[in-house]
Amino acid sequence: MGSESVAQLSNNLLYTAMAVYAAAMYCYAAELAFGPRVRRGSDTLAAVGASSGAPPSYDDEGTPVEQGADPTGRSERLGRIAVSLTALAFGLHLASVVARGVSAGRVPWGNMFEFSVTGALAVTGVFLVLLSRREIRYLGVFVMLPVLLTLGLAVAVLYTESTQLVPALKSVWLVIHVSAAIIASGILTIGFAQTICYLVQDRRERVPADRRAASFMDRLPAAAVLDRSAYKMHAFAFPIWTFAVIAGAIWAENAWGRYWGWDPKETWAFITWMVYAIYLHARATAGWRGRKAAYVALLGYATFLFNYLVVNIWLVGFHSYAQVG
Amino acid sequence: MSTAPTETEPPRGPGALGARETARWAWRQLTSMRTALVLLFLLTLAAVPGSLVPQESVDPVRVAEFKAQHPTLSPWYERFSLFDVFSAPWFAATYLLLFVSLAGCVLPRSRAHWAASRARPPAAPRHLDRLPVSESWTTATPPTDVVEAARKALRSKRFRVDVGAGVGGGGSVAGEKGYLRETGNLVFHLALLLLLVAVALGNLLGFQGSVLVTEGSGFSNTVAAYDTVKQGAAFDADSLVPFTVTLEDLAVRYEQNGTQRGAPRDFRAQVTFTGSPDAAARRDVLRVNHPLVIDGTKVFLLGNGYAPEFTVRDGSGEIVFSGPTAFLPRDGNNTSTGVVKVPGATPTQLGFQGLFLPSAALHPTRGPISVFPDDRLPRAVLTAWTGDLGQDTGAAQSVYRLDTTDMTQVLRDGRPLAQSLAPGATMTLPDGAGSITFDGVRRWASLQVSDDPGKEPALVAAIAALTGLMLSLFVRRRRVWVRATAMADGRTLVQVAGLARTESESLAAEVGEIAAALRTEEA
Repeated sequence: MGSESVAQLSNNLLYTAMAVYAAAMYCYAAELAFGPRVRRGSDTLAAVGASSGAPPSYDDEGTPVEQGADPTGRSERLGRIAVSLTALAFGLHLASVVARGVSAGRVPWGNMFEFSVTGALAVTGVFLVLLSRREIRYLGVFVMLPVLLTLGLAVAVLYTESTQLVPALKSVWLVIHVSAAIIASGILTIGFAQTICYLVQDRRERVPADRRAASFMDRLPAAAVLDRSAYKMHAFAFPIWTFAVIAGAIWAENAWGRYWGWDPKETWAFITWMVYAIYLHARATAGWRGRKAAYVALLGYATFLFNYLVVNIWLVGFHSYAQVG
Repeated sequence: MSTAPTETEPPRGPGALGARETARWAWRQLTSMRTALVLLFLLTLAAVPGSLVPQESVDPVRVAEFKAQHPTLSPWYERFSLFDVFSAPWFAATYLLLFVSLAGCVLPRSRAHWAASRARPPAAPRHLDRLPVSESWTTATPPTDVVEAARKALRSKRFRVDVGAGVGGGGSVAGEKGYLRETGNLVFHLALLLLLVAVALGNLLGFQGSVLVTEGSGFSNTVAAYDTVKQGAAFDADSLVPFTVTLEDLAVRYEQNGTQRGAPRDFRAQVTFTGSPDAAARRDVLRVNHPLVIDGTKVFLLGNGYAPEFTVRDGSGEIVFSGPTAFLPRDGNNTSTGVVKVPGATPTQLGFQGLFLPSAALHPTRGPISVFPDDRLPRAVLTAWTGDLGQDTGAAQSVYRLDTTDMTQVLRDGRPLAQSLAPGATMTLPDGAGSITFDGVRRWASLQVSDDPGKEPALVAAIAALTGLMLSLFVRRRRVWVRATAMADGRTLVQVAGLARTESESLAAEVGEIAAALRTEEA
């Protein structure tokens, strides 16, 4: 096969992966929507009955099903199907990324399209690792959504043909620096999703349990559990991000003769690092724990997105390799 | 300034305090975690304009363009150092305050941690069963044996262990582990201080020079040889390593086809260089990402462009100028602009300005442009000026701009004279004023030499910071106690309990393991 047909194969695999991701997302959503109204990680039962205004749920025959139970095991099956579909989509996605690398004869992260596709792969990869270790299926929708959005943005806006690298990127540090950034961003994305869930759940928990409207949020863990999981993600990603910045500095020294030059990309990598540092400190400071710290984490993710999308495309600097179009 | 939980003190007003106490109060405020958080926020915020406004230190050309486009806004920007954010006084003030706050927090903590890591683990609390994780059982083994077994078990799990007295003929063991968490945390913060020192060292003693070299020419490593120089206040010009570099050839390859057509693929600068004066000349290839190292000094390839060669004859037919002139690329296809100044021409000085197009084409609206970065159809499009070049005033002049204040544009038939020249072609000025011949084209490379004595300390600091960071995030600090109490019936009550000082879920498992190890030993 010529490199062009391998590149074509990579694209076809990616489209297929996107379709499977979408199917997985619907299954996760269905599990959340039709599952038992029992809160995981908490013994609180959510409001039951008409007085709370919760709509009763029905089974296939239209018979009302008692809430708080999953007698048919239907939602559990949906959840398992969702995980299988995620694994399948990950396999297709991985094959697409590998084919892309083979067709170009280099690592598959030489431009923004490839960085997005490989970054999305990292998000799913981190999620699959977490699925194998802990009860985190509830997060499925909130992981599939950013993955699909990223891939959609990649194929629709950022698509670039598979080509060689510009000389500035031909370095072993492209492998080290960018892969660390990709892995860190994958973990940060999961942490971001958990932080959003935490903020919503925390707001719900302020309403007394007997006056709370039923919601799929009842199937998510308690706010404190979500907060702790989000912290773990951020604490794990932070040193990797630090390493990515240091590796970038070593590369810059080797390419441009200075290890730090306040180029816009460098400046925003610093800003992201600082905001997540503030988050870690805030979580250990009285009066800052909880929601305030969570908002700082969201701000951190926003600066990461700004660096990835706005700086690459709009701000002129040494790192202008975006090659969009 | 750390991730360790801090006690909160109610803020006290300075009203009723003396000067000494006010100072203490201010110091405590500055080194408090809340102040540190605010300073971290401020420093982050302070970096933002540095990425949005063009920076003198990053791209002076864009700063000049911005100033030309925004004549009313620019003076205000200048007043607030917005073109030089990262050396602005307010930026320095922010990070210096942050580092003072950091030092004020970390140094006392280092002392406390040093003491804590030599002190004995705290003795077992009275009610072990009230701790978050605890187990108890009875056994026939005498208390002293249980204590010894517990000591061994904890030691083998690398706990710091202290054996203490128990209640009524029993004994207890206290173990603590995970001191590296605080050590890592302190190392991380101290390494950041070291990083600041390393950066300051580089700013003080560093040197950076860049020079534009045309194929066939070279430069020597002296301050005077560079076009632009950045040097630290304490930089010693004599410390520059003596060497000369000559650019023999610059080979450039571009993408030929597809949507990426014209994207650069390879730059190779063939150079010869001589180290110490009596050393033999050596040849090497300089590429992007592959600097040339001469006696420890690195030479980097940063950019390239075209230097068209011209021969200028004045009105008397004398050759008054001959050689390559560097033109600056203006777009991805190397449409380049530049000027030729001929101060020695008679009867008047001559100046030419124009475009160099490596692959020339005529655009319907933009006029003559280049459509590919490589030199496939090279053309020089020139206009001519006569008069005073203005070089005698003593003011510094850009070699890329013609000061036309005291010059008149050469006209032909009432319109500015402009001609597109193929290699070998000549443009003759009317009225016998002279001529210019486009002889051919060479490439130029911009080379940069950097010397930053702070970079190795900075790398050491960065690695130490990363290591410390990982320890402080991933090591868990926890205490485990085992108490053996003799009971009235002759049996021994064994209690095992643990307390994690950080968010942790695995303490229960660890305490369970220790308990299980003690039970099997008894069996």
